[in-house]
Parts: sequence; C-alpha cells; structure tokens
Amino acid sequence: MSTAVLTEREHYLNNGYSLKSWLLTKDHKRIAVLYFITISVFFLIGGIFASLIRAELATPAGDLVSSETYNKLFTMHGVIMVFFFLIPSVPATMGNFFLPMMIGARDLAFPRINLLSWYLLIVGGAFAIFAMVAGGVDTGWTFYTPYSTTYSNTYVIATALGIFVAGFSSILTGLNFIVTVHRMRAPGMTWFRMPLFVWSNYATGVIQVLGTPVIAVTLVLVFCERVFHIGIFDPQLGGDPVLFQHLFWFYSHPAVYIMVLPGMGVISELVSTFARKPVFGYPFVAFASVGIAVIGFLVWGHHLFVSGQSVYAGLVFSFLSYFVAIPSAIKVFNWTATLYKGSISYATPMLYAFGFIGLFTIGGLTGLFVAALGMDVHVTDTYFVIAHFHYVMVGGTVMAYMGGLHYWWPKMTGRMYPEGWAKLSALFVFTGFNLTFFPQFILGYLGMPRRYHAYPAEFQVLHVASSLGATVLALGYVMPAIYLAWSLKYGPVAGANPWGASGLEWQTPSPPPTHNFEEIPVVTQEAYDYSRVREEIEVG
Amino acid sequence: MASEAHAHGQAETLALREQFDTADQQKDASTLGMWIFLITEVMFFGGMFAAYTIYRATYPTVFAIASTSLNVTVGAINTCVLLLSSFTMVMAVRAGQLGQRRLIVIFLILTLLFGFTFLGVKAYEWTEKYEEHHMPGQAAFHLEGTPLQGPAKLFFSLYFAMTGLHALHMVVGVGILTWLILETRKGQYSAEYFTPIDISGLYWHFVDIIWIFLFPLLYLIDRHLPK
Repeated sequence: MSTAVLTEREHYLNNGYSLKSWLLTKDHKRIAVLYFITISVFFLIGGIFASLIRAELATPAGDLVSSETYNKLFTMHGVIMVFFFLIPSVPATMGNFFLPMMIGARDLAFPRINLLSWYLLIVGGAFAIFAMVAGGVDTGWTFYTPYSTTYSNTYVIATALGIFVAGFSSILTGLNFIVTVHRMRAPGMTWFRMPLFVWSNYATGVIQVLGTPVIAVTLVLVFCERVFHIGIFDPQLGGDPVLFQHLFWFYSHPAVYIMVLPGMGVISELVSTFARKPVFGYPFVAFASVGIAVIGFLVWGHHLFVSGQSVYAGLVFSFLSYFVAIPSAIKVFNWTATLYKGSISYATPMLYAFGFIGLFTIGGLTGLFVAALGMDVHVTDTYFVIAHFHYVMVGGTVMAYMGGLHYWWPKMTGRMYPEGWAKLSALFVFTGFNLTFFPQFILGYLGMPRRYHAYPAEFQVLHVASSLGATVLALGYVMPAIYLAWSLKYGPVAGANPWGASGLEWQTPSPPPTHNFEEIPVVTQEAYDYSRVREEIEVG
Repeated sequence: MASEAHAHGQAETLALREQFDTADQQKDASTLGMWIFLITEVMFFGGMFAAYTIYRATYPTVFAIASTSLNVTVGAINTCVLLLSSFTMVMAVRAGQLGQRRLIVIFLILTLLFGFTFLGVKAYEWTEKYEEHHMPGQAAFHLEGTPLQGPAKLFFSLYFAMTGLHALHMVVGVGILTWLILETRKGQYSAEYFTPIDISGLYWHFVDIIWIFLFPLLYLIDRHLPK
C-alpha cells in the first residue's frame, strides 16, 4: 500500500482532530488510545515510586527516606501499579482496540459505557493522586485492618475511594467484553473460531464481573469504619480483622488472573503468528483460560496461611492452589509445542513472547513454593514473595503488554517501529528484569522481610544487584517511549498485514477505518489458518 | 392508516445504534448486560451477607436480642410497600409491551411513589434508632439486655451498612424511574422499543429482592429462639 493512499484514506485517527472528538468519542479504538495514554502516565508514576524504593535499598542504612516515607512509597507503588496500570493494562488498551475487530464487530456492545469506564478510571486515578499529593497513604496496597481502619493517619479514605471508582471502570469493561463476545460476533465466527486473545479476555471479563464488586463493598466497609465509626472489622467490638483479609483476597487473588490472563492471550497470538502455525491444542488453551477464571476464585486462602486460618482450610487452599497451576502449565506446554517445527521469526514481539514464557514459568513454579504450607511459613512476607509476584506480573503481564504493543503498533498507528532499537530494548528489559528480581528470591529465602527500608549489611550485594537491574530495566522501558513516539512520524509505513498474521484485525487497512471493516467479514475458517494468508500474499 | 402511522413511529423510536445489525440483537445485548450487572450486584451485597453470616454464627444470642429492638411492624409494612412497587413496575413493563404510553407513565409514577414511601419509612426507622442510641458511631450507644455491647455494635454496623446501601440503590432506582417517566412522556417508547423500561424493571425487582432477604435476616432472627 502506498503512502498516498494511506494519507488520503479516512481512518479512525484522522476522523476529527478536535479535543471533543477524542474526549466524547464512542469509538472503541479511540477509547483504547485514551486508555493507553492514561495508563502510560500511571506506569511512569508507579515506576518513579519503584525507583525511589530501589534507590533507598542500595545501602543497608535507611538514609535516603524516613521509614514513614518508605511505607508510603511502597504503598503507592503497589496501589498505582496494581489498580491503575496492571488491571486495565492489556484489556483496556489492546482488548478494547482488538476484541471487537477480532470477532468482526463494528464496536463493543456498549460504546457509551466504554467511554464511561475510561472516565471512571480518570476519576479514580484523580482520587488516588490527590491522596498522594496531599500526604500519601502508608497501609500497603493490601489495606489490612485494623491498621487501615483505626490506626493509620494517612489518606486511606481518598485512596480507597479511588480504587472503588476505578473498580467500576474494570467491571464495566468486563461486562462490555462479555456481552460483545456473546452478541456481536460476525457471521460464521463460532466460539471455537475465535482467536485465543478473545477467549482470555472473555475469561478475564468473568473475573472482573464476579470479583471486583467484592473489593468494592470491602472498601465501602473500610470507608464506613473510618468515617461513620461503625465496626465491621474492629476487634475491640468482637469483629474479625481476618474477615477483611478473606474479603480482600477473594477479589485480589482472582485479580492477579485479571492481570495475567489477557497477557496470556497476547502470547497465544504472538507465538502463532511468528511460528506461522495454529496454536497447538486450541480448545485446551481456550478452556484453560476459563479454568483459571473458575479455579482462581477458590484459592484466596493461600494468602492467609499464617493469619490464623484453620489447618484444614489451609490444606484445601494449598491443594486448590496447586490445582490452578494445571491450566497455566497447559498453556505454557501448548505454546512450546506450537513452536515445534514452526517457521519461527525473531521479530521484537516474539522476543517478548519468549521472555514471557520463560519468566512466567519461573514465576509460576515459585508460586507452587509459596502454595506449599510448610515452605510458605518460611517465606511469608519476605522478598521471595515479592520476587514471585514480580516474575508473574512484570515478567509475565508487562512482557506480554510490551510484546502486544509492538505487534499491534503498526495496526494502531499505520507505522512500523524501528526493529533494531526495539530488539535492543527487549534485551534490556529481559536482562534488567532478571537482574532486578532474581536476587530477590535469594534475599527472601535468606530472610529479608518485605516493607523494610533498612537491612543487615550482608544483604547489600544482592540489593545493589537488584537496584542495578532496576536501572537497566528502566532504560528498557524509556527506550520504547522514545522510539514509538518517533515512529508515529518517521516510522516506515505499515501495510494492512505486515506480519502475515491470520486474525480479522489484519484484513482491514492500517490504521483501521472508524467502522473497522468496509464490509462485515463472513468467517469460514478456523483461527490461525495461515494457508489463506499465504494465498493472499502470493496473489496480492 | 393507523398502522402506517404506527410503522412510521417505529422507525423514529426504534433507536437502533450503529454497532448493531438488528433491533433484536440490540435488545438481547442490553438485557444480557443488565443481567450481568445484577450478578455484580449480587457479589457486592454478597460481601456483606458473608460478614453477617459469620458474625451471627459467632454471636447468635446478641444478634437475636439486637434484632428484637427493630420494629417488625414497620419493617413488614415496608416490605409490603416494596412488593406493591414491584407489582406496579411489572404493570409498567406490560404497558410498554402493549405500547400504552399513558399507562406506562401512570404505573411508573405509582412505582415511584411506593419507592418514596419506602425511603420515608426507612428514614423514620433510622431516626428512631438514633434516638434510642443504637447507632454504632454514637458515644452513648447502648443496647438493653446484654452485657456484650461490642457484638451489639457489630449487629447495628451491619444493619446500617446493609439497609443504607440498599436505600442508596433505591435512590438510584428513583432516579431511573424519574428519567423513564420523562422519556415516556417525550414519546420515546413504543411496543417495538421499550428496552429501557424492561431492564430498569429488572433492576427494580433486584433491589426489591435484596430487601426480601434483609427483612427476615435483620428483623426476624429471634423468632425461633426460646423466649
């Protein structure tokens, strides 16, 4: 496709340039871009907090910030990254943009609700940022009672309100995805012809819809306890603070699947496209997503092994936590099997996909360590848990997010990113990540507790390694910000299907027209059918 | 000729949005969306019902004693009011199906009035509780008949949280009803298109059902205990 055609053709980006045409848009693609800008800002803020944490931990003495400030730093890092970056990350940006396109729809079922959900994230974020600017919050992102309800004198109410409002953003996105998948599929797009990205976003939607209301009501109760002095979790009245932990983790454990499932969907697309093979055992991968969504609701008690939960409950939760590893493992094995005899190309998105598979495997396997009752007692509240969590969330979700971003960038913007720089940054991200978080496994195993700003001198070598790694990692994230912005103007013009991928989103020009397709496609083939793509390329 | 005018009106009020192919698809999507929203509401209230279950199992006697301090007669009257409002809501949906705009408005106004009645009675009950020093935030909180004032506060914490959030849902419902009445008067709805009335009805019944659970759980729990 020539440049002349691209500049003349009307598409979603040149369909109105006014601020109003963006802020009141009902186009899922523009809303996805709004989300992308928003969560990039949150990622930056959360990243700055992380940098300050790593800077403080470069020396054993608590010399850079006071312990009170440090408490606020790790709390706000967690709150921003979990609720305002990771939860919306893949679904709100790539899911929003591509889920309707992948099933051959003109838009999501409820475009106005989609816009509303972006505004809710903005309002929630405004509350959270107000709390930070006004003086911060120091409860940890987990808001454990009775500290959060009774003793903390920081901005708990504003932060809780922010998360509450942002939660509705998440609920509405999930609701919109579920209804869209049920009711908006193009003719011939049966459930088992849908790309696996759609399956995983559907499963995510189920978790968002079932889980998020529980954290919402829990935060309402914390709010009421602070403001109206009612006492649902107050031990002085005979209330049970552990009840808060149950309600909190009933959402917050499934929430890690909200964060990682869409990323897994991205990886399915990447592995298939760059190995030029259908995903091995498609129905197993599809049902694995649903399986994770269902079983993920039954494992929250593994966060309470040392909270005075009964041994029998602990046993059951431990068993179920092992059980939920099965569908995750199915996915990893099936991606690997997809590579077998594939025609593999090593474009940047595929590098991120390889990174995901390796790091997620480490994150998942260490998850089994902490799901074991005895082992968990040893590593509870240590850096081992921090490392495990970051291997899954940063090594998993953020890797997938970056991979997906590079993969779909040409479709979203019509421009290719610079491949050389992108590969270099992927290398920085991978090495920086491992250097940051692998030492934390060892630190945790040796007994370094989380949430302390000072530590014994013998831990310094590992902490310095971790802080160095964080610097490299930060560089790996800054580079894409620069070259992706550069590519908007100077990147080579991308055709409709630069990767020779099979999804419906590649059968429409880049960037896509406002209504996605000139004509609603009729689907006659299974997902990941590359024979048709080959014909198209040979003919075209 | 009447049917022709009718068909013309249908094209104007059908309000098919551009992302849908057919009116049926749009109605199906809206209805499914509301049902999923109601599932989120079940989970939302579910958190409080879980807290209630655990504390009632832990402090059965205190909860029974605290329960007797609530006014069963007033609660029962309010239950009837809500059930009546659900009936008038159904009648409004039925009028929508038949395309009888005047009846839609009448039944929606009746539903609205029952809604206000419920909220008024609820406000009266809360005031009574305040005067009896049964609000957990009050320094003078005291419940007769038990030395365990802490768990008694737990009961009333749950009472106010649950009925308060229920009432908040009623207020939202009242807002929706008002909007529906205005839209109906503008002539937005017909036998072909009354989805907003239909799915608002689902919401109203849901809020009603929450109360059907709250009433026995809060007002009637001492009935099976020996006096």
